[in-house]
Order: sequence, then structure tokens, then C-alpha cells
Amino acid sequence: MSKVRKDLKRNIKSNPYLLAGLIITGLILIMTIVGIFWTPYEPTAMNASEKLKGVSLRHLMGTDNMGRDIFSRVMYGSRITLLIAIGTVAIGAGVGTIIGALTGYFGGMLDEVMMRIIDALFAFPSILLALVIVSVFGTGWIQLLVSLGIAFVPSFARIVRGEVLRCKNMDYVENARLQGVSDFRMIFVHIVPNIKGVMASSIMIGFNNAVLAEAGLSYLGVGSQPPYASLGKMLSDAQQYMFTMPSYVLFPGAVIVLMVLGFAFLGEGISRWK
Amino acid sequence: MEIILDVTDLHIEFHDSDTPFVAVEDFDLMLGKGEIVGIVGESGSGKSMSALAIAGLLNRKSLKKSGRIMFDGNDLLTCDRKTLRSYQGDEISIIFQEPMTSLNPVKRIGWQVEEPLFIHHPEVSKENRKFMAIEMLRSVGLENADDVYYMYPHELSGGMRQRVMIAAAMIGDPKILIADEPTTALDVTVQAQIVELLKKLNKERKTSIIFISHDLSLVNQLCQRVIVMQEGKIVESGRTSDIFTRPRDPYTKKLIAAIPRIDLSRDDKDNE
Amino acid sequence: MKYIIKKFGMMVATLLVVSLCVFLAFNIIPGDPALKMLGTEASPELVEQVRAEMGLNDPVLVRYARWFLNFIRGDFGTSYNYKVPVGSMILSKIPITLTMGIMAFLMTVIVSIPMGIVTAKHENGLLDRSITVINQVIMAIPPFFSGILITFIFGMILRLFTPGGFVNYTVSFGKFVRYLIFPAVAIALPKVAMTVKMLRGSLIDESQRDYARTAYSRGNNTNGVLYRHILKNAIIPVITFLGMALADMIAGSIVIEQVFSIPGISRILLTSISNRDYPVVEAIIMGIATIVIVVNFLVDVIYRIVDPRIGLEDE
Repeated sequence: MSKVRKDLKRNIKSNPYLLAGLIITGLILIMTIVGIFWTPYEPTAMNASEKLKGVSLRHLMGTDNMGRDIFSRVMYGSRITLLIAIGTVAIGAGVGTIIGALTGYFGGMLDEVMMRIIDALFAFPSILLALVIVSVFGTGWIQLLVSLGIAFVPSFARIVRGEVLRCKNMDYVENARLQGVSDFRMIFVHIVPNIKGVMASSIMIGFNNAVLAEAGLSYLGVGSQPPYASLGKMLSDAQQYMFTMPSYVLFPGAVIVLMVLGFAFLGEGISRWK
Repeated sequence: MEIILDVTDLHIEFHDSDTPFVAVEDFDLMLGKGEIVGIVGESGSGKSMSALAIAGLLNRKSLKKSGRIMFDGNDLLTCDRKTLRSYQGDEISIIFQEPMTSLNPVKRIGWQVEEPLFIHHPEVSKENRKFMAIEMLRSVGLENADDVYYMYPHELSGGMRQRVMIAAAMIGDPKILIADEPTTALDVTVQAQIVELLKKLNKERKTSIIFISHDLSLVNQLCQRVIVMQEGKIVESGRTSDIFTRPRDPYTKKLIAAIPRIDLSRDDKDNE
Repeated sequence: MKYIIKKFGMMVATLLVVSLCVFLAFNIIPGDPALKMLGTEASPELVEQVRAEMGLNDPVLVRYARWFLNFIRGDFGTSYNYKVPVGSMILSKIPITLTMGIMAFLMTVIVSIPMGIVTAKHENGLLDRSITVINQVIMAIPPFFSGILITFIFGMILRLFTPGGFVNYTVSFGKFVRYLIFPAVAIALPKVAMTVKMLRGSLIDESQRDYARTAYSRGNNTNGVLYRHILKNAIIPVITFLGMALADMIAGSIVIEQVFSIPGISRILLTSISNRDYPVVEAIIMGIATIVIVVNFLVDVIYRIVDPRIGLEDE
């Protein structure tokens, strides 16, 4: 334990990316988790006498056009955004890993057919694919989560397939095969754990892409529905008040940026870990 | 014999980690015109480092060099980069161990062979360059030089690529050719061909060659003089025939003893 | 040549798979298209008659084949809501979205390649390190947010353009392009950052290869090695990325059109999604997918030209 702490301490000192990533991600997480139990105001409570107020002690980030407290809404919105991003990556990485591992390991016809379909889906920018699925299943944050999850499957499947192909012919796998290890065990006990490095970085990148895609789609209005709002939806509501009340736009936007940036820095910091 | 290269007290230190690592220490070398000198030693003995220093290819900031490498009245360690570059590829050429990766994969062979001319002799016309490149490719033993000229490296075998490397190194008619383990990555039969080629070029063009290898039998075939290195230091040097018949240093003795001798082993079998 | 034919075949195959996926996706949606066209008050007989006319009683694959062949011929069906051919609704909008995507792409290429070279050349220098941090920040900004900020800063404060003052290309092509500059910047920004990061890494990787050392040994100076040897090798992986980026930028323009109130295909797409006007959605999605797939094919062709090693096993 003390060695881990020592390593962490040394790395934080020599690695500003790691420090910045830890601080930013930590702040966002604290804000989001606190928001589950407590927000200064009810995120949906309107107050006609407090419309479009600027930053003050009563309203740390001001109020919106319906007099709702923006800080409370940001706390709530970042929870939805994070939930969707985590769910998206979980579906994308989970399903993608299974498809990629099976096709890469067994090859043959299955691989050919799956890869054509994956290639075809890959040709779709994820935002477009999510739009198709949303237009089929309807709008709402759960639909958005599933759509984005499906949209993220191809990239994970491709990465895992490539890695499995690489590992398949390595000595230790050959060895395990000679010892009569079953295919299932081989894939999920011997091969998949060995690609965790590649997986970790893809998950980090995937998470950021998910936050950005969710924000974009919510901005278009196909995500969470009023009165609850994710950060992207808040931005699209706020856009018309940009000139009268810039803080309404800036705070939700800044939280999205910090969420992605914190994670990107963290990823960069981990890649420079010594 | 006219001395064309005089290296004295060459010292190379790495400063990558906390404690500096000495790669080459007190290295001396005199090279005469038309002479072939071998440098032998195991990997890590500093032989390649010395060669790269002479070729002017050790420019990393974490590297400390001292001593003198005198060529053409200039010290290659201290002269300005422009002077150094004017020698590189024109007066001093080098070929490497890995012919598979030492050629640019996306450029045609002809382009790569012509490049030293293009850089050092811009006065040569395009047609002449092409003519000279094809001539050069032919003289390194590539029969279908006209076709090879238009090929890409991946279309050639390892031995052919090394011939291309030699052609590019020799096209400027350099005074010194440094061959840094040129045959290590090649098949045994191809190894012998490359050694023969170097011998031929040395004879025809009077090019001095520094031949670096860990293979003593190749050095014996090719070099008039040999330098034996161990852990960055020269342990023995002299005429090849002397060193082979009367090695003084224990390390040299070990190296000589390690040469596989097909003729002897057959004798042994006959005796059994 | 064989390589290009093979890639062309794969392009056609991908197009078929994509179109089948799109078609099936919109076919599993509950709801009767005939009913949608006629409205709920229509008599059952009429609905049945229209169903037969629309060919809705045929097997799925027959309907797919008909739809696909019509699509190729430029007949995208009829909008449920507006009862007009879909083609007439979207064709005039395509140049808007496409121009914006291509402008963003050109900006990305023109800006990021020199920047990638500069940062790689001065690796770990002050300029390189600041650009790397700025790039990380830019990559974290969603394009629509940078679009909002650009509208605010360049439109409202500096008044370099009039937000909402879009001019169609039919009126004045010059003004049309000028209005699209800032939206294109918003789309291009994160792609520029990613391309710079990628090209920088690729250039640094290539500069450590053996052939780079060979190039130095021939008397090349740093620029000679960089421009005559490394760049062409380093750009190869970047080409793939740029191909995908172009596709992303065309799709990303959907969001940006909303930010800058540009009447491109985005607005039709979004209203059609919320109105469940499926023929329109289908046509737009297929249109964008086709562009993306064709771009991917072109990338493969360019690849073959740049990298002589590609497609060797086919020839």
C-alpha cells in the first residue's frame, strides 16, 4: 500500500497532467455525487420573481429563464450526462468485447459476416447512428443511452478483434491450448484479461466521446426531456439568452468541457505513468 | 600509405539515466587509403557507437563526445554541421545492419540511390543521375538494374536491399565506407556474396572500408587489419594474420576459439 | 488496379448492408405507413387500397429491393407529412451541408498539417507543450458549444458576421460561403486538435526509424529528412483518420446547423424525426451514409497511391 502511495506521490509531482486530471475529475465527481443527496434548490422549481438572475450568493451560477437555480440544474444535469456516458461505454465495451473476442478467436464465416456488418455500422458517424435508433425508439434519456451504446459497439468490437487476433498465436495461448483449456475459458480467462491496457485507453477515449455525443444529441433535443435536463439540453435552452445572461450558457458548457478535459488529462497522465 | 582518417582518444558517454554510461573509451583508429580495417567485438562492445560517431550520426543531446576524428583537415566532432553534412554520403558513407528497415519504404529504389548525388552534386543532370544510378546498381550485382530502379524496397529481398544500400553509399565515390554489421541480418550464402562485393568495390575504387562485425571469420576474409573491442575499450589491434595466429589478449583468444570450424569438426569425426 | 476493384466491390457490399440495416430499422417500427399518409379517419378500404398501391403487402426483401433501386435512381419516396417527393425537399439542401463539411475539412487539412510539423520539429519545446495543452482543451469542447461561443464572440461582440443572417447559395455564393466560415471553424476545431496530435506522434515515431538515420547519413539536413523522407510515411495513418474525420464533420454539421440556424438538411432531419416522417429520415440517413462510404473508398484509393506496399497481395 505504501508503495502505491509513494508511486502516486512521485508521479503527481512529476506529471502535471495526472494532477490536473485528478483535481478536475475529483471536483466534477464530488459535485455530481453531492447532487444525488442535496441540491441548493429543487432543480425543477420555478420562481417567477427570480428569472435570469446573474451570479450571486443566493444562486451561485445564476438562474434560468424560468427562475430555476442553474447550479442545482447543473448538479442534476451532470448526473444524467455521466450516467448516459457510463451506460454507453458499458454497453459499447461489453457487447463490443464479446463480439470482437468471438469473431477474432473463431474467425471463419462468422467473422466475415460480423465484420461486414461492423464495417457498415462503422461507416456511420456515431451521432448519425444514434439518431437513427432514437428515431426508431423515440426520444428520452434511456433511449439515448441505448442508442449511443449500440453506436459505440463497432469501434470496441474492432479494437478487441484486432487484439485477440494478435494474442491468439502467442506462446502462452498455444500452451494453454495444449493443456486442453476450453475455448470459452481461453477467450475470457486467458486472452481478454491480457488486452486490458488497450481496453483501458479505449474506454477512456470512449467515455469522452460518449459525453460529447450525449451533449450533442441532447442539444438537438432527442435526449432527456423537460423539465429534467442533461447539460447538453440546458445549453440549447440557454442559447437564446446568450447575450442577456451569458452565465446561463457558460456554466453548463464549462462543466461539459471540464468533465471531458479532466478525463482526458487523467488518461494522458496515466499514459505517462513512470 | 596515405592516412585519410585519424581517430584519437574517442570517448562517448550516455547521460540518459542518473549515472552516465561510458560506451566508448580511448578509441584510436588510423585508416589508410584503400585499406580495410575490421572492428570486432560482441554487442555492446562499443564498435557500432564508434562507427556511428565517425559517420557523424551521434547527435543526441544526452550524449557526450570527446577526442578527435580528423578527416580532410577537419575534426568531425567539432566542425560545424554544414561541413559535416558535406562529407556525409559523399566522402564518408555508411551501410547498416538492417537492410529491411534502412531504406525508405515509400520511395523508389532509384530515387534513394540517387539521393547523395542530388544533395551533394546538384550540377549533375537528371538524366545523368539516372544513368549513374543504374550503372551503380549494376556494379553492385543487381542484373536487372533498369527494373530495380523503379521498384520499391518491399519488392526486393534482404540481400538485394543491402546491395541497394551499398549502391547508394558508393554512388558519390566516397573515400570511406563504413559497414556496420552489413551481413548479420542475411543468410549465410548472401553474407559471402556481400563480402565479395565489398572486396571488389575496394579493389576497383580504392575505397577504404571500416568493416564492423562480430563474425571473426568474415573479418579474416576481408580485412588487412583488425581492432578487437570489449566493453568500450580496444583490447587488441594489429594485422589480421598476426592476431589470428598469435592472439595475445585472452578475450581475443576466446573469440577465435569460438569460430565454428567445419573442417576441424569433420576431422574429429574421422578420428572417432 | 485489382486492389481498387476489390475496394470498389467492398464499397458496394457495405452500401448494400447499410441500406438493408436502414431499411429494416425503419420497417420494424410499429405503425402503418398507409395509415400515416391518410390520417386516422380514413376508411379501412381506402387504407387497404393504398397499402396495395404502395406495395406494402409484398415480402420485406421485395420491398427492400424496390426501395433500394428507387433510391439509386434518385426516387426517395414521398413524405408522409408534406405529401411531396422527398427528393424535392432535400436535394436543394444538400449543397449547404456538403459545402460546410468540405470547408471544415479543408480548414482542418490546411491548419493541422503545418501545426503537426512544427510541434514535432520542436518536440518538448515551449511551443509544442503549449499547443499540446491547448489541443487537449479544444478536444474537450463539444463543437456546438464552441459554435455558441463563436457566435457570441465573433458574431455579437466583434460583429464579424450576423448570427442568423444566412444567405443561400442561390442568392449569393460569396455571402453564402462567408456565412459558413464560422460554422465550419466550429466543426473543424476539435478535428484540427486531433489531427495535430496524431500527425505529431506519427512524425516523431517515423523520425526514430532506421531509414531516417540512413537519410541523415546521406548528408540530409533536418528539413531534408523531414520533408523528403519522414513526412510521406507519417502522413499515411493520418489519411485514414482524415477520411473518418470528413465523415464525422458531415454528420457533425447536423448539430452546427442548429447552432447557427442554417437551413441545411439538419432541420428537415430533426423535424422529420420528431414527426416520424420516416421516408425523409431514411433518405437523409442513406444519403449521408452513402457520402461516408464513398469517402472511405476514396481514402483507400489515395492510400494506394501514397503507400506502395498496400494491396501488394492482390497484384
